[in-house]
Amino acid sequence: MLGRLSWAAFPHEMIVLGGAVSMVGAVALIIAALSYFKLWTWLWREWLTSLDPKRIGVMYGVVGGVMLVRGVIDTALLRTQQALAAGDNPGILTSDHFQQIFTAHGTMMIFFVAMGLMFAIINLILPLQLGARDVAFPFLNSVSFWLFAAGAILVNVSLVIGEFAATGWLAYPPLSGIASSPGVGVDYWLWSLQIAGVGSLLSGINFLVTILRMRAPGMTLKKMPIFAWSVLGSMTLVAFAFPILTATLAMLSLDRLLGMHFFTSEAGGNPMMYINLIWAWGHPEVYILILPAFGIFSEIVATFSRKRLFGYMSMVYAIGAITFLSFIVWLHHFFTMGAGANVNAFFGIMTAVIAVPTGVKVFNWLFTMYRGRIRFATPMLWFMGFVVTFTIGGMTGVLMSVPAIDFQVHNSLFLVAHFHNMIIGGVLFGYFAGFSYWFPKVFGFTLNERLGKYAFWCWIIGFLLAFMPLYILGFMGATRRLDHYDASLGWQGLFIVAGVGVLVILMGIGFQALQIIVSIVQRNKHRDTTGDPWNGRTLEWSTSSPAPAYNFAITPKVESRDPFWEAKQARGKTLPLQHATKEYVDIYLPKNTPLGIYIAVSSFVVGFSVIWHIWWLAVIGFIGVIAFIIIRSFDEDTEIKISAAELKKADAARLALHEAAR
Amino acid sequence: MNALNEKNKLGFWLYLMTDCVLFASLFATYAVLRNNTFGGPSGAELFSLPFVLVETVILLTSSFVSGLLLLAAQAGNKKMALWWLASVIILGLSFLGMELYEFSNLIHEGNSWQRSGFLSAFFTLVGTHGLHILFGLVWAVLLFYLLAKKGLTNGVIKRLSLFGLFWHFLDIIWIFIFTFVYMIGAI
Amino acid sequence: MKDSLRVKRQGYIFGFVGSLILTMLAYLLVSSQSMSMGQLFNPAGLIVGLAIIAVVQLFVQLFFFLHLGQESRPRWNLLGFGFAAIVVIIVVVGSLWIMNNLNYNMMTPQAMDQYMRAQSQKGF
Repeated sequence: MLGRLSWAAFPHEMIVLGGAVSMVGAVALIIAALSYFKLWTWLWREWLTSLDPKRIGVMYGVVGGVMLVRGVIDTALLRTQQALAAGDNPGILTSDHFQQIFTAHGTMMIFFVAMGLMFAIINLILPLQLGARDVAFPFLNSVSFWLFAAGAILVNVSLVIGEFAATGWLAYPPLSGIASSPGVGVDYWLWSLQIAGVGSLLSGINFLVTILRMRAPGMTLKKMPIFAWSVLGSMTLVAFAFPILTATLAMLSLDRLLGMHFFTSEAGGNPMMYINLIWAWGHPEVYILILPAFGIFSEIVATFSRKRLFGYMSMVYAIGAITFLSFIVWLHHFFTMGAGANVNAFFGIMTAVIAVPTGVKVFNWLFTMYRGRIRFATPMLWFMGFVVTFTIGGMTGVLMSVPAIDFQVHNSLFLVAHFHNMIIGGVLFGYFAGFSYWFPKVFGFTLNERLGKYAFWCWIIGFLLAFMPLYILGFMGATRRLDHYDASLGWQGLFIVAGVGVLVILMGIGFQALQIIVSIVQRNKHRDTTGDPWNGRTLEWSTSSPAPAYNFAITPKVESRDPFWEAKQARGKTLPLQHATKEYVDIYLPKNTPLGIYIAVSSFVVGFSVIWHIWWLAVIGFIGVIAFIIIRSFDEDTEIKISAAELKKADAARLALHEAAR
Repeated sequence: MNALNEKNKLGFWLYLMTDCVLFASLFATYAVLRNNTFGGPSGAELFSLPFVLVETVILLTSSFVSGLLLLAAQAGNKKMALWWLASVIILGLSFLGMELYEFSNLIHEGNSWQRSGFLSAFFTLVGTHGLHILFGLVWAVLLFYLLAKKGLTNGVIKRLSLFGLFWHFLDIIWIFIFTFVYMIGAI
Repeated sequence: MKDSLRVKRQGYIFGFVGSLILTMLAYLLVSSQSMSMGQLFNPAGLIVGLAIIAVVQLFVQLFFFLHLGQESRPRWNLLGFGFAAIVVIIVVVGSLWIMNNLNYNMMTPQAMDQYMRAQSQKGF
């Protein structure tokens, strides 16, 4: 009846139990609070069922933020273990638990934090920047988000029911095969990624069509903001790389469930094919995450230097080059697997080549700053921190693109330091910069600058403390995923420094949380009445903050690259922007619908029941998915009208507020 | 309305392109594992070429008929459209039936997907295509119901044209399965 | 309207007949090879020939069934297809290149096969 599920699946070990209890407690607390304040209907009507990309974006951000906290707590456990476990001291974690934690850490940080924050910012800003009312497929957007959320919840359920994979974040077979990992951990990993991955794939298609078909009149591709270009590159990669992940995860699932022999080490399977395929997805994935960060920085540098972005076209070409090249470098993740000189040399050279367009971008940003009147607001600080850390990471990356050097540092902490340099110092700093830059556009008030700066300094100092020692440890021979080492190696001091670094980063997160709370409390003091708190350049600043559900009362008409900036230069700070039509016209917005949630819940049921081999439930869940899709496709009444008169009234109020602010 | 159609078509087309890459991963795996028979039978010993040829012609015909279906819909001929759609469903069902027959034969002879890496890759690649055909058939049945009930409204024509894209796409994937799995496998 | 439908129907018929011919051609080439007539063609050459026939049929169907390249500008469908084709080639050819290179540096498939069977009898 319940497959493999029994009481034994619930945690018995002390630390695991603590984690499970605190998570269940937190969820119970939230449910209690929502019930006490009678917020359920509000939450359901206004948020959970919403198809407004701005609301979906906020929900992505919330899930991403919560997962970030979980991921960093995992880090704290890992680093504490490594700081303590030298010589006779076994540390605080068992080996098995240690392995589960680093697997969960990697999985969550990449799939649920980085991807989540990325889709948050894209949803919030992309339609506004394009002068569009919405994304191309609003309902699909909701489905994508809820699939992503279902995947995230599935990972967290593993903390309470069963276990998580102990295989590393990419679950290489044969270790992740059924022979070596018979438990449910790898299945949790597979199904949470599969569900979230399908969501990402759908998002990718959605945003591609949004960019290609929904731009404001006059906005040719060459007049599109660089952020939109970077999203175009990133979403192209999503659309063409995620199917590889879907196929690969499906094959590993088939190995485990049906006894197939794709990646087994018997009966003609080939585990190395898995590594080949997963990185054919995995390398583009890195660029999926970093490209939008590049775009965010391009917007921020231009705004805070009060100059046009230097080398717009070279930026576009660089994005194009990266998009293409990222598909032909994947072997550098497994130089040591035993390919010959030709193969290793080709992929090594391509890896070095991909650094060129990236370098072009860095120089473009620096030249944009040159002779600009720079304001050192928080977003700009994140940018400058990024340039330093990202350049260090880039250089160590180019080092490792040489196969001979890679053989020395492969699987060492040097590598770990390198990719954290790219993903924290590049990706995460980029999203944090975007967060503080666009926060007023979403919520209508600016964030507390002082606390933002504290958070930044904690992050960058903590980052350097946590990861520079790892480069050294890597050279000293410390391998990754190490839960215990000999005292005579003399590594403990450096591990302790790294552990202190994590504490400083935790303080940074604390300041960020505090920043949000304080800003909410002081929101009336920092309210953004003009819609343009930073003297911005692109379309999103031409509408009010927070942007109305329909984004723009009148569709803007674009004639140049920085349309809002040009308009302000031409006509002072009077009216926001000239309009495509002078008249207000009726507009149609998608109606809220809970079907996206239902589809995701059914997918979650499928995932959970396949993990536990509860076949009858899986069938029910699967029928549910199909049925809800069919119900939606029969639904004709999906739009709600906002009349021209209503629009005119709302817009007049906005302009009056804008006048008053001047 | 036209702009909406364009948007839907582009979105659906891009989905098909992502599906291409999904199949490419399966093709790549099949190509890598094709000789890993682990002492079991190879493709040349298993495949019956005339059988596959009939399958191929059936699917190709159904793809052609789905084109005629779209033409009938555009000409506003509901009766003809219903007739062609029914033919697509029948041809699709025959194709799927033949494929299941082939699979069950293989399994009966002890050559299931558990036999070797080669057979795992074979069953997965061909089976994934079959699964797509199955979804296409479910879709076609729903469209048949819509068409019969509502007639040739704009929404129905739009859906029929997307279905047509999907069905042609599946035939194109099959060309490659036919060539690279069955024909080259038989050499 | 009527005329354009007639032209489209002709296109479908042309595509259908063309695809049938190409399918039969591939079939006859292979079946003549496997019949008792001995090796009519060099196997490697035959594989290349079959691949070319498949690609030609791909383009026949893309053009006559999917009407690719006949849309109005900008041709995002065509561009999307082009990029997909590149990625497909990269994934398939790249994987084969890498994996064959690995095999080249290991034992032969036969030796590997024997080794694995021996191993699985012995148990791991």
